[in-house]
Parts: sequence; structure tokens; C-alpha cells
Amino acid sequence: MTTQTDSKAKPSRLMAIWRAASIPLAAVILALLVGAVILLISGANPIAAYSALAKGAFGSTAAFGRTLEKATPLILGGLAVAFAFKGGLFNIGGQGQLLFGAIVAAGVGFGIDGLPFIIHMPLALLMGSLAGALYGAIPGALKTYTGAREVITTIMLNFIAINFTDWLADGPWKDEGIVARTPAIAEAAAIPTWGNIPAGFFLAILAAVATWYLLYRTTTGYEIRTVGLNSNAAKYAGIKVSYTVILTMAISGFLAGMGGAIETLGVVGRYQPGFNAGLGFDGITIALLARTNPLGVVPAALLVGAMQAGSSQMQFDAHVPFQIIDVIQALILFFVSADMIVRWIVRVQPEEGEQVTLSTSWG
Amino acid sequence: MDKTNRPIVLEAKGLTKRFPGVLANDNINLKLHQGEILALLGENGAGKSTLMNMLYGLYTPTEGEIWIKGEKVELSNPGEAIDRGVGMVHQHFQLVPPMTVAENVMLGSEITSGGGRLNMRQAIRNVRELSEQYGLAVDPTAVIEDLPVGTQQRVEIIKALYRHADILILDEPTAVLTPQEANELFRIMRDLTAQNVSIIFITHKLKEVLAVADRIGVLRSGQMVGTAMPEDSTETSLAEMMVGRNVILRVEKSASKPGQPVLQIQNLHVHDDRGHAAVEGVDLEVFAGEILGIAGVEGNGQRELVEALTGLRHIDAGKIRIDGQDTTHFSPRQITELGVAHIPEDREKHGLVMPYTLSDNMVLNRYFKAPYAKGLIMHHDKIDENGKVLVKEYDVRPPNVHALAQNLSGGNKQKVIVAREFSSPTKLLVAAQPTRGIDVGSIEFIHKEIVAQRDHGVAVLVVSAELDEVLGLADRVAVMFDGRVVKILPIAEATRERVGLLMAGSDA
Ligand SMILES: Nc1ncnc2c1ncn2[C@@H]1O[C@H](COP(=O)(O)OP(=O)(O)OP(=O)(O)O)[C@@H](O)[C@H]1O
Ligand SMILES: [Mg+2]
Repeated sequence: MTTQTDSKAKPSRLMAIWRAASIPLAAVILALLVGAVILLISGANPIAAYSALAKGAFGSTAAFGRTLEKATPLILGGLAVAFAFKGGLFNIGGQGQLLFGAIVAAGVGFGIDGLPFIIHMPLALLMGSLAGALYGAIPGALKTYTGAREVITTIMLNFIAINFTDWLADGPWKDEGIVARTPAIAEAAAIPTWGNIPAGFFLAILAAVATWYLLYRTTTGYEIRTVGLNSNAAKYAGIKVSYTVILTMAISGFLAGMGGAIETLGVVGRYQPGFNAGLGFDGITIALLARTNPLGVVPAALLVGAMQAGSSQMQFDAHVPFQIIDVIQALILFFVSADMIVRWIVRVQPEEGEQVTLSTSWG
Repeated sequence: MDKTNRPIVLEAKGLTKRFPGVLANDNINLKLHQGEILALLGENGAGKSTLMNMLYGLYTPTEGEIWIKGEKVELSNPGEAIDRGVGMVHQHFQLVPPMTVAENVMLGSEITSGGGRLNMRQAIRNVRELSEQYGLAVDPTAVIEDLPVGTQQRVEIIKALYRHADILILDEPTAVLTPQEANELFRIMRDLTAQNVSIIFITHKLKEVLAVADRIGVLRSGQMVGTAMPEDSTETSLAEMMVGRNVILRVEKSASKPGQPVLQIQNLHVHDDRGHAAVEGVDLEVFAGEILGIAGVEGNGQRELVEALTGLRHIDAGKIRIDGQDTTHFSPRQITELGVAHIPEDREKHGLVMPYTLSDNMVLNRYFKAPYAKGLIMHHDKIDENGKVLVKEYDVRPPNVHALAQNLSGGNKQKVIVAREFSSPTKLLVAAQPTRGIDVGSIEFIHKEIVAQRDHGVAVLVVSAELDEVLGLADRVAVMFDGRVVKILPIAEATRERVGLLMAGSDA
């Protein structure tokens, strides 16, 4: 899987990539087909709708820039979920961690004055990410010390985060005026956009590569994956399982928090309530579509980002409500999780190794 | 007994199974007659489980035909095999631990009455009838997790019979059974065959083959190399047929020269997973250059003792010293770093990470050390190098360090663990069931290695459910019963009878 470094392993690695990508690709195509049927039923022309969608996502540099902009927090949200998965944890709290990242980045962005860009922007980004990390570590610690399932606690922490950040933006950190939002961040804290291309996108790519490297090339990654795959063996191997669980959640939260921070510093320019609702949940779709591979998260997020970026063009040109995009996204999620259906339709046999788990034995 | 004149119930014709890079079964022909017990022998990785998985519909053959009761069949899943009367009992039981026996038995073919309500009473009655008919003593209302493994296995057999299986496949059923439980299983197998059930039985224990089989088939490197009748065979002849060379079934070793005490256990108290006292006041010493064997029926505290001294289980009271250091409250990492190697009893639970490659598994407890890692960065080329050396030295098959542990045969999984543990610098070697599921040729090899470690001055603690293994390897034998060490005997005084009595709790 990860250690194929010699040359004769290369072709099989290409094969492995193809094997891994074939199911998600098929899932996307199936979702688009089912989406087309729904469009037909509702009286729209699916070809017109999809070409408007493509135009809105890739038709111009502005459109393309918008796609990258949408994809950026999606990459980080997807990474957060994928990373936690590798450690055997299901982080549904991406939304909460992202909100904390966003508001702390905004706080550092508007609260400090007179710093040069080279310090202010990275500082705001880092503090936002760390806020996400701290917020992610909480469910990790709860799991370790009380046995509370992270699936439940992260959902509950989402509500706390939403209400707490809303309160901050409508209370202590409220901008002048009647709108509940924080003041705009300082110029020196903003992540630039070059022409139409947002610099934040490259930060996200960097994060994806770094996540992959951490998981597959460092001892910490080995520990996290070992705990995720077999915590008993991890214990036997001398790995501190409880510490690793907290660390995994913290790193996962760091990534989600970074997504929120980049969105604040690069796109919105401040924190305002209602900010990016659902982004944390899109992360789950993307992580699953990427089959929890950190590098696979990038194309998966680009795809979802493109759909979101193109949806208003589709609504405008083809008079199709943009909600159809949510339907297609849900269908993708459905087909990716129900991969047996996809395998049946596209006739991809599961690898025999996967079957073996049914029949593991001494013999 | 020769039953080859009876009707054939199951036949494989030219069965071949190819995995990427591995020819697991090569043109295999096999016949099973009604009411026959066919024992299948073969080295680790010879292809026994693969063949069985094809007959049970878990794998699709690359080539060849399967005939059941005179009909050619294509089995694309176990359900289709079950419909034709084939049942399989895997070594890792497929039972739901918190549910009762009857609930487990009817799972997937539930009896309902009016509006989909479960008819528990009928299920209990059916299970009771089956267990009476075939002499399988099982209480249908007992909860699975409270039952010993031997009984759980009987539940698996009842499950198959409940689905009207008359062809039973048992893949290494005795690997985790006590000798008493194994004898009980053989009696059940004979009862079943008397009622025309046909059985394929896989084992690595040659004694069992001679005791219970009507006919013996031997696989080697994916090919059927021959069949034999038990009355014309001996352990030696079977071993030779399997391995293709002469195998020494006895451990050869000189007298031990014990040195300093390496492991000292004083008044140890440990509880099991459910909070019951499992080890109650054990005192034990193991000296450098000796092998101390722990004999005992499984479940008398051996597992908890081993887990406690390797840092995997909390110690309630007492003291453990390793190489002079108080390790009572050490972490597993600290204990490993003192030079303790541990072959864990449950290889799938503790010993391996199934989806990892062999290379990655071979560094499971030293991945963080040079040359495998420098600082945080792992060096996969060094990890692969280590894997390649060990795979060669320990004859792991297939010899591919990038193969995943989950795709290895049972015995080869064990070899990966043994290779890893024997290749670290060691003062104390703790080996729990070191040769479980291993073929005779490899047992010979592992036993030699254990003795070689001893001769290098390593203190060795061997825990085994195989009395023969303990008596063959040990210099001193400690017998555990009911959480205590009831007696420690020098090997010269440890006769089979005496140790057997002590294991059963009587004071000999
Ligand atoms: N799912 C799989 N993918 C790849 N190779 C496999 C798979 N299952 C088995 N093999 C290979 O096929 C060969 C035969 O394995 P099998 O499990 O049938 O051996 P076995 O005779 O049951 O051995 P043991 O006595 O150790 O249980 C081995 O080389 C094994 O590595
Ligand atoms: Mg096998």
C-alpha cells in the first residue's frame, strides 16, 4: 500500500490508483445520470442544465477561480474527515471546528493592527487552525477519558460552536452597525487572490500533501494508522493509544479550522453568522468520495466545488433550481457508500482480500 | 475405515485458484464419500483453506468444476453452498457474543409466527433436538460470550446442521481446543458420520489425523500430492509426505545451564476482562538460559499472566521484576525496550495489523527506531530491507514483503510474528502458543529457534495448550490451575500422567 518504492511495483501502483478511482468515478457518473432523470421529470433539459453547470464552473478564468475558491475549504473539510478516518475515528464535528477556526482567524485579523503581512496573515491562519485543533481535541479527550463516542460528541459540539460564534459576532466582537458580524480583517491579514486565482487554494493543496506525508511517511502517521486499524495491536506495539486518539482528533480539527480560517481571511474578510453552513458536512461526502485518501480529497473537492460554483449559472441559464446540486451531491454520497450497488452495475469485482475478512481463520 | 465404495457427495475436478502472483490451488482433484471423514494435510500456505473456501462458495475457482451430490454446481456465494447442504466452521467463529445460542443459530433463517414475531420457543426446541440427535451438549439459552471455545464451536456446528448441512468443512477446528475438547469434537464427528454426514477436516496435528480420519489427503504447494489410509500411515510418514523431507518430531536439545534470574514474579494478582480474579497469587522465576514451560488447560489464568507481565494488563497486586528492574507498572513499550520479546496468543488481535504489508508488520514494535526511522521520518527502504531478510530467513510464503498480512495463510501469519520477535535483541522471550496453526516442518524450525535462544542465554517462558510442546521444550514445567501455579517440576519428573493430573486440579 504505502511502501511500494521499488521500480517493479510501479505498474501495480498505477493499477491500484485505477482500482481505487474506478468506483468513485462510476458513482459520480451514476449520480449525474440519476440527476438527469430527475431534471427530465421536472421538465428541464438535462443537457442544457449540465452544460450551464460546466460553463459556470470552468467557462472563464473567473468561473474557474470561483471553483477553486469553493474547493478550498472543501479540501480542508474533506482532509479533516479523511484523516480522522485513518485513525479509526469519525469526525462529524468539522463544522464546529471550522467555525472556531473562522472566528479566531477573524479575531486575530481585525483585533491586531500594524503588523506586516508576512506576520499577520500567517499568524491569523495559524491561530485559527489551532483553535480548530483545540476544539477537535475535546471529543478526542472525551473519548479517551470517559469513553464517550466521538460520533455523538462532535455533533453536539457543533451546536455549541454555532451558538457560541454567533453570540461572539453579535456581542463582544460585533462590528458597528446593525448587522451581526465582526469588523473586517486588516489588509495585512488577508490571503490574496491573484487575478481570479485564490492563493488559499494552494495552501489547501499544501495541506493535502502534508497530510499524506504525515500519515504515510512519519512515525506519528504509522501510529495513527495502527491505532485506526487495530488498537489492540497498537497497544501491543507500545503505542499510547489514548494519546494518539486525542492527537488524531486535534490534527483533524486543525485541518477543519484551517479551512475556516482560509475562508475568512481569503474570501469573506470577516466572520458573519450563517457562514458556510454545511461545509463541515460536505467534508464527509468528499472524504468518502476520495475513499479517505488525502490526495484523493483534492479531485473530490474540486468536483464538488465545481458543482457549487456552477450552480447559479445553471439556475440562471437553464432555470433549474440550484438545489438540484444538493440532490446530486447526496446521490454521489449514496453511490459511494453503497459501493456494492456500483460494483454490481459496473461489474467491478471486489478484491478477494476484502472477501477474506469474512472468513479469517487460523488456517 | 475404508468408505470409498460409498456414493460420492462432493467432488472437485481440476480446481485451480490463482491470486495475483500466487497459484494457490493447482488442478486439484478430490472426492468425498458419504459418511467419510477426509483429513486434509499440508504445509502452511499449501492451499487447504483456499480449496475449502471454493467448496463453500467464498472464492470462485479460476478453473475447474465442483460437483455436489452428482450435480455440477457454480457457487457464487456461501448461501448457494448452504442450500446444497455444505456447511463450514471457520476458526474464528462467526457468532454474536451477547446473543444466546438459539438466537445465533437461527440468525439469518429465523422462525417467525404471525406478523414477523420471532418464535423463540420453537428455535430453542429445534436447537435442543439437534443437540440431542448428534450428541452436541449445548444449552440453547446460554449466552455465547459465557461459553468456552469448545462449546462455541459446537454452536457453529449446530448452526450448520440447522441449515440441513450434510457436508461439513472444519478448517483447523482443534487449533484453539483443549485436548479434552478436541476428543469431544472427535466423538461428535464420529456420531455425525454414523448419520451419514460427510466431513472434511483440516489440521496440523498428525496424531489427530491418525485418530479420526477415514482417509487422508495431502496438499503441497497447491497440488494434491497423494492420499493415504490412516491404518497404513505413521506420523513420520505423513510428515514426510507433507514436507517432502524427513522431519524430526522431537525437540533436540542439551541440558540447560541456568544463570541469573531474569523474570521474577511475586504474589501476582490480575483480573480478567470481566473483572473476575484470573491470576491469584502467582510466584514464578525464570532464569537466563532456561525454558520454563507453563502447562495448563486454557482459561486457568495463563493468558492474563502473560498480558500482565508484558504490560498489556493492569496488575492488581504483587510485583514483577525483569532483569532486576521493577516493571510492575511499566508500559508495554518500556518492557519491550528492556529486551522482552512477546509472541502473543491471539495473532489477529495483538500480533498483526491485517491490512498492513509484511514489511510494516515486521517493524510493529520497533518502527520508531533507527534505522527504520530517524526522528519522525520513517525509512521505508530500510523497513523493506528488514522485511526481505526476515521473510527469507523464516521462509514466509509468499516471499513478498509487500503482500498484505491478511492475504497470508494462517501459519504464515504466525511466522511473521515469530520472525519479528526472534530478531530483536532479547533477554526474556515470552511465547504464548508459539506454534498454533503451524505445520510440522515449521514447528520443528520454531522449536529449534526457541532452543537456540535459550542456548544464547535468553530466559524463555513458553505457554502452550499442547502438553507435548511444553514437555518437549521445557527445562522446568509449571502447572497452572485456577489462577495459581500448583506445582513446578524439573522436566525429568514431569511425566505426561503427572502433569495431566495436576492440570486437572488434583494434587499429584
Ligand atoms: N486473498 C488472498 N489473496 C492473495 N493470496 C492469497 C489469498 N488467500 C490465500 N492466498 C495465498 O494462497 C496460498 C494458499 O493459502 P491458504 O490459506 O489456502 O493456505 P493453507 O494451506 O490454508 O495454509 P495454513 O496451514 O497456513 O492455514 C498462500 O500462499 C496464501 O498466501
Ligand atoms: Mg488455512
